[in-house]
Amino acid sequence: MERLSQIAEVVVDRDTMIEMYHRMLLARAFEETVFDVYRRGWMPGLAHLADGQEAVPVGVCMALRPDDTITSTHRGHGHIIGKGGQVEPMMAEVMGKATGYCRGKGGEMHIADVKLGILGANGIVGGGIGIAAGSAFTAKREGKGRVSVAFFGDGAINQGIWYETANMAVLWKLPLIYVCENNQYTEYTNYRKLQAGEGLVARAEAMGMPGLEVDGNDVLAVYSATLEMVERARRGEGPSMLVCHTFRYGGHHVGDPGTKYRTKEEIEEWKAKDPIVRFEKVLVERGVLSPGDIEEMHSKVEKRLAAAVEAGRNAPYPDVSEVTEHVYA
Amino acid sequence: MSTRELTFAQAIREALDEELARDPNLFILGEDVGAWGGVFRCTEGLYEKYGPDRVIDTPLSEEGFVGLAVGAAMTGMHPVPEIMFGDFITLAMDQIVNQAAKMRYMTGGQVKVPITFRATMGAGRSSGAQHSQSWHAWFAHVPGLKVVVPSTPYDAKGLLKTALREPNPVVFFEDKVMYAKIKGPVPEEEYTIPFGKADIKREGSDITLVALSRMVHPTLAAAEMLAKEGISAEVIDPRTLTPLDEETLIQSVCKTGGAVIVDEGYNRFGVTAELAAVIAYGAFDYLDAPVERLGAMDVPIPFSPPLEFTTIPDEQKIVERVHKVLEGRRR
Ligand SMILES: Cc1ncc(C[n+]2csc(CCOP(=O)(O)OP(=O)(O)O)c2C)c(N)n1
Ligand SMILES: [Mg+2]
Repeated sequence: MERLSQIAEVVVDRDTMIEMYHRMLLARAFEETVFDVYRRGWMPGLAHLADGQEAVPVGVCMALRPDDTITSTHRGHGHIIGKGGQVEPMMAEVMGKATGYCRGKGGEMHIADVKLGILGANGIVGGGIGIAAGSAFTAKREGKGRVSVAFFGDGAINQGIWYETANMAVLWKLPLIYVCENNQYTEYTNYRKLQAGEGLVARAEAMGMPGLEVDGNDVLAVYSATLEMVERARRGEGPSMLVCHTFRYGGHHVGDPGTKYRTKEEIEEWKAKDPIVRFEKVLVERGVLSPGDIEEMHSKVEKRLAAAVEAGRNAPYPDVSEVTEHVYA
Repeated sequence: MSTRELTFAQAIREALDEELARDPNLFILGEDVGAWGGVFRCTEGLYEKYGPDRVIDTPLSEEGFVGLAVGAAMTGMHPVPEIMFGDFITLAMDQIVNQAAKMRYMTGGQVKVPITFRATMGAGRSSGAQHSQSWHAWFAHVPGLKVVVPSTPYDAKGLLKTALREPNPVVFFEDKVMYAKIKGPVPEEEYTIPFGKADIKREGSDITLVALSRMVHPTLAAAEMLAKEGISAEVIDPRTLTPLDEETLIQSVCKTGGAVIVDEGYNRFGVTAELAAVIAYGAFDYLDAPVERLGAMDVPIPFSPPLEFTTIPDEQKIVERVHKVLEGRRR
């Protein structure tokens, strides 16, 4: 079912590449830190982590303008960081603190900074797809070339709302980009057992929109394909679908080791294609960063995350009087 | 003030028309709402006047177009999705309950979700079990939503205009039996009606009858019948369920000492149960008999007229319940 599309890699300037790399590092470090925070009992609830998938959210979001919007998922930390979210209020939100992006009302699964164009992270699988279509609807009306991205998983593509909005988006030429992150598993079941047909590009084409399928662990491929779709959407030519093949290293959530339904070989095979290690190689080969630069960036990111955890732990919980705030505007 | 008589549907249409003219961010979407003018004629002429970008014919995709409405609302528009038969709102439930109602809360107040969902309710047309249901109680159960249940053309227009200016998601229920059948005075001049203010449709001193949406009309007819027996009934229409004007209900029962609540939704865990609880708590010391609840019978709505009319309240049933309360009082 995986047939990668031929996509010409676009020329990416040095600063953009460094920023991509920086966001990928932040996204990876954030997930690793949350796992640690969870194990130490410093956060309530569970968390859905996306380490291993960083090239998708970063590659897509770096191809967007600040005023473009995204909708995120239950596995959404990378989307937030990709769109420019800050790890400090993210970590505080994970811990349920008043300094969190949503003042502790959203939590791990619902982190959002609306000012950055993040229209919520959704706990309902597929739940953000309608919202993304609505943002695309507004964007078309505004006529400023803004686009909307819906992130969702290989499981969510089987929800009816995808087909309902795809139909409308094609009919009305909405500037919408569907980004399917195929991390191979829908919870504990391989996607091949759950998806009929000839793959998702075929589904997109059946709905009347183009689709591209890329190696989702190659950030430049994701970026290049997204740019093509974004430009098409900005030109008023309507929606398209990007399918990114990738893999989550951890389990479905932090309480699942992810080893019962996946073989060691499968996990090792994907780890050998790690998106960050691969991008580091490219950066060094192209003379964008030296191994020393890379090491320095790693340690800066680690320090920043450690400080975010410290700040989050020291931050106050929201006052209980806030519980009735924000129910109505 | 000059007034004229409008049907319920004409009053709805007028509110939509005026607000479309006033607010460029407002747009209507739904099935056959455009060129066709709406299955219940509530959008007649609006497509011609405002064009296909403001009055939008959607595919049959309740979840999809309601979801699209949520996203449009979060990005600055004010969508007005029409759910043709309120029964079909089940297909959009996730988008209303899990998305629209709590996006503001989950983001810690970062977004507003101004949407006016228009849906129908009401039995009595032999439309069968999937085209006759009244689901307003469901939405009154959901924090983050406001719920409106008007009973007259005047209230419908004034409350809909308020809904269309609300920064929150509102579910606005229109009883389809009223669209063409109920006529009433509506001023030419602009007016709005605030949410959370019950209307005393008839003053009385012996018993309080609480009714909403179409049920106000058989309740007023029952009050008329009771008057002939020398019983003075007060009829109160809450008009909005969220927010609810508890004060007016409680004050009336403090005066009359008894209440019958009439609703076309199901009794079980429904509006009648909630309002009875409000009254029992707020007017406990003044009640001379238990509060009577007259909702729809707890069965799917049948097709055959003698069966169907058995399940929904009417004048006769209301009068019987009033007698029951008053007898309880004498005991
Ligand atoms: C409507 C709905 N059904 C089921 C779930 C439970 N659930 C949470 S995540 C998930 C799997 C989603 O798979 P996919 O879309 O591939 O995303 P991934 O977890 O792989 O990132 C399920 C079934 C849910 N949250 N929402
Ligand atoms: Mg998956």
